[in-house]
Amino acid sequence: MSPDSTTTQETAKSKDFALRGVREIHDVDPGPLAQMDGAQALIKTLEAEGVEYLFGLSGGAAIPIFDALVTVNPKMKLILVRHEQGGTHMADGYARVTGKPGVVLVTSGPGATNTITGIMTAHMDSVPMVVLTGQTITPMLGKDAFQEADVFGLSMPVVKHSYLVKDTNDIPRITREAFHIASTGRPGPVLIDLPKDITQSPFSGALDDPMDLPGYHPETTTEVDLDEIQVVAEKLKKAKRPIILCGHGVLLSGAYAEILMLAEKVQAPVTTTLLGKGAIPENHRLSLGMLGMHGTAYANKAMVECDLLLNIGSRFDDRIIGQAPRFCKDAVRIHVDVDPGEIGKMIQCQHSIVGDARTVVEQLLLHVDRADTEAWLSHLDSLKRRFPLKYKKQGGLKMQHVLDAWDEMTDSSAIVATDVGQHQMWAAQFCKTIRPNTWLSSGGAGTMGYGFPAAIGAQFGAPNDLVLAVVGDGGFQMTMSELATACLHKLPIKVLVLNNHYLGMVRQWQEAFYEDRESGVDLEGNPDFARLAECYPGAKGFNLKRPADVKKILSRALEYNDGPAVINAEVEKADNVFPWIPAGKPIEDMLLESPKGPQEKPTGST
Amino acid sequence: MTTATEELTDIHTISVYVANKPGVLARIAQSFARRGYNIDSLVVSPSKDGEFSRMTIAAQGSVEGLDQIIKQTNKLIDVIHCTDHTDDDAVVRELALIKIEVTSPDQRTEALQIAEHFGCKSVDLTKTSMIVMAFGASDKVDACLRMFDGRIIELIRTGKVVMARGDEVT
Repeated sequence: MSPDSTTTQETAKSKDFALRGVREIHDVDPGPLAQMDGAQALIKTLEAEGVEYLFGLSGGAAIPIFDALVTVNPKMKLILVRHEQGGTHMADGYARVTGKPGVVLVTSGPGATNTITGIMTAHMDSVPMVVLTGQTITPMLGKDAFQEADVFGLSMPVVKHSYLVKDTNDIPRITREAFHIASTGRPGPVLIDLPKDITQSPFSGALDDPMDLPGYHPETTTEVDLDEIQVVAEKLKKAKRPIILCGHGVLLSGAYAEILMLAEKVQAPVTTTLLGKGAIPENHRLSLGMLGMHGTAYANKAMVECDLLLNIGSRFDDRIIGQAPRFCKDAVRIHVDVDPGEIGKMIQCQHSIVGDARTVVEQLLLHVDRADTEAWLSHLDSLKRRFPLKYKKQGGLKMQHVLDAWDEMTDSSAIVATDVGQHQMWAAQFCKTIRPNTWLSSGGAGTMGYGFPAAIGAQFGAPNDLVLAVVGDGGFQMTMSELATACLHKLPIKVLVLNNHYLGMVRQWQEAFYEDRESGVDLEGNPDFARLAECYPGAKGFNLKRPADVKKILSRALEYNDGPAVINAEVEKADNVFPWIPAGKPIEDMLLESPKGPQEKPTGST
Repeated sequence: MTTATEELTDIHTISVYVANKPGVLARIAQSFARRGYNIDSLVVSPSKDGEFSRMTIAAQGSVEGLDQIIKQTNKLIDVIHCTDHTDDDAVVRELALIKIEVTSPDQRTEALQIAEHFGCKSVDLTKTSMIVMAFGASDKVDACLRMFDGRIIELIRTGKVVMARGDEVT
C-alpha cells in the first residue's frame, strides 16, 4: 500500500478540508482497516445497505469475495445454493416478500450466465435485485480467459442497469448506486461484474463516496400532475360502470391500503393482474379476482361492459388485453404508471398520469366521491353467481380441488409461490390472496423452475409465515436440486407438486388448436417425487392420489415442520384451464368450457 | 443512407445527451435493434463538459415506434435526455467527403464547377481523382451527390448533427 493510502474512516472525513491535516497524520500509521481489499469494502458496503442474505454459489473468480465473507465477518448470511438460477429466484422471492432488493453472489462465466434466466424474470416483473458476478482479471478481459463471459454485455437487455468495475476504489459507490437503482422508481435487477484483480487489490477509497447518477431521477415519481388528478377524479365521479385494474405497481409502491380506500369511497370494483394479486383482499366484495387469459369470467365480462377503466400500475400486458384495438374501446381509459415508457405502449388511453401509484391514489382520494355504482355492483354480483370458478370433485383428482382445499384449510393466509403453467393459473384462481406481497409468480417471463426457489427466498424473508410452493412436475424438475438448500436451513416449506405427467399447458393448446397432436409434452420418466424428497435429510414426502384424501394428506404435510414437505399429487392428466381467452382474441371470445370441434390457431403469441 | 426526397417525415434526428460511461452506446443501440429499427447514421462526440457525450442518431420508421424507442432510451440510467428533433426548430447539418473520378481536363473543370455551385471545397486533387468536401443540410449534400452520380469512387458522410436554435436546449 502506498504511504498516502487512507483508512476508510479517515477518507470519509477527508471530504472536510478542515480535517485534512488530521488525516495526513493518520496516513503515516494506517490502522488495521487500511489493509482492506476491494472484496472487503464490498461486503462492508452490503452490510451498510442492510443486506441480510446473499444467495450464492462460489467459484474461482469470486473467491476474494467469498473470503471477505469470512474475514469481514458480517451479520449477513450466505445461503449456498445448488444452481445459480435457483439463487436468483430465491433473491427474487425474498425481494417480493420483503420489498428489499434480493442479493445474488456468483462467479464468472457459467456461474454468471446461469443467473440470466433469474435476472430476466426479475426484470420482466420489476423486482429489485442486485447480482454480483465474479469476473476474470482485467488484463485478461476479452481474451477468452478461463470462465470468462462478457456478462456485462450478455445481461444488458435484461437489467435495469449494470456495471463492470474497473477501479477497486469505485466498489462502494457502485454498490450503493446499484441498490439505489434497483429499489427506486420502477424497480429492477442491477448487475455488478467484479474482476478478480479489482476485488483483491488494496482499497484506499471512501466507503461513502457520493453517488454519481446524473441521468437518474426517481424522486420525480412523487411529483404528479395535480390537474390531471382532478380530471380523472371528475371522470370517476361520473362513471356508472367503473373498474379499477391493479397491477404489480400497486404492491411495489405499497399502495394497497389506499387502493382499498379508493375502491370503497368510489364503490368501484377492483380486478388485478396475475402480479397484482394482493392489491385488494380477494375475499372483499369489491374484488373481482384476476382478469385476463385465465382470469375470472366476471372480471373479464366486467372489462367488456365497463364505462371507465382506471389502470393503476399495470403495463397492459398481452395476457390481459387480448386484442388491443378492442380492449375497453368504448370506455374512458386512464393509465397510471411510474414508468413513462408504459404510457401508450400497448393501449392508447384518454388520460394518463405518470407517477408513483401510492402518491397518485393518495391525491385521487382527496377529490373522489361515491359514484352511482349500485346497479353495476349488483350486476357484477350476479355475474359472480352465474359464472363462478368451478370444478368437479367427483372422478379423478383435480389440481383445482387440491388448491381449493389448501386455501380453505389455511384461511388464504399462506405465502404462495408458483411455477408456470396450468397449476399456476389454477393457483391464481383458487388460492385467494388476501394480504399484499404473499403471491409470488413469474408473470412476464413465465419462468418454469421459479416457484420452488422463490418459496425458499420467501421463507427467508418471512420466517414466521407459512410458505407454499405450487409447482408442476415439469417445472419442479428444473430447480428441485434446491431441496438441499431448503433442508440445510430446515425450512418448513410445503411443496405441492401437481403432477399430471405432462407439460399441461402446452398439451392443452395442442388439444385445442393442433387437433390434439401431442408433441414434446409427455413427461414419461418422472421420478417418484415423494421418495426423491426423502433422499434429502430433513425432507418428508407425501403421496396424494384420491380426492377423498386431500384434506388428510394436506393436514399431515402442514403438521410437518422440521424441513420441506413435498406432496406429490397425482392429478388428472388431461384437464384444461378455463376461463380461457385464446391469445390474440378479444375478451368477448372468452371460452368457459372446451370448444367443440377444431379451433382456429391463435394469432397471439403463446 | 437515406435521401431527402423520400418520405421526409419518416426520418428522425434524435439527440441523446449521455453520461460518458462504458456501455452507454451499446444500450442505446440495443433499444433500437430490439424493436427492429435500423440506425441510418450516428455521431458521437464529447460535450463541452468531458463527463458527458452527445449522440445524434438518424433513424427511419413510424412515429409510434420511435416514440417508444425514445421513451426506452430516456429510461436508461446513463442517458440524461433524449429528444426527437424532426419537428423542432433545430439546425441539422452534415459533412461528406466525395472522391470523384476525374481523368480529363473537361471532367476536372465540370467537377470544380459543381463543387463551387454547392459551396464545396476540393481538398485533394490527383491526375485521376479529386476529393470534394460537401457540407450543409442533408438535402443539399444529397443534391450535390446527384450531380456527381456515376463518377463517385468513394463516399463518406459524417451523419447528421443537430442543435436546437435559440434558447432551446438540444
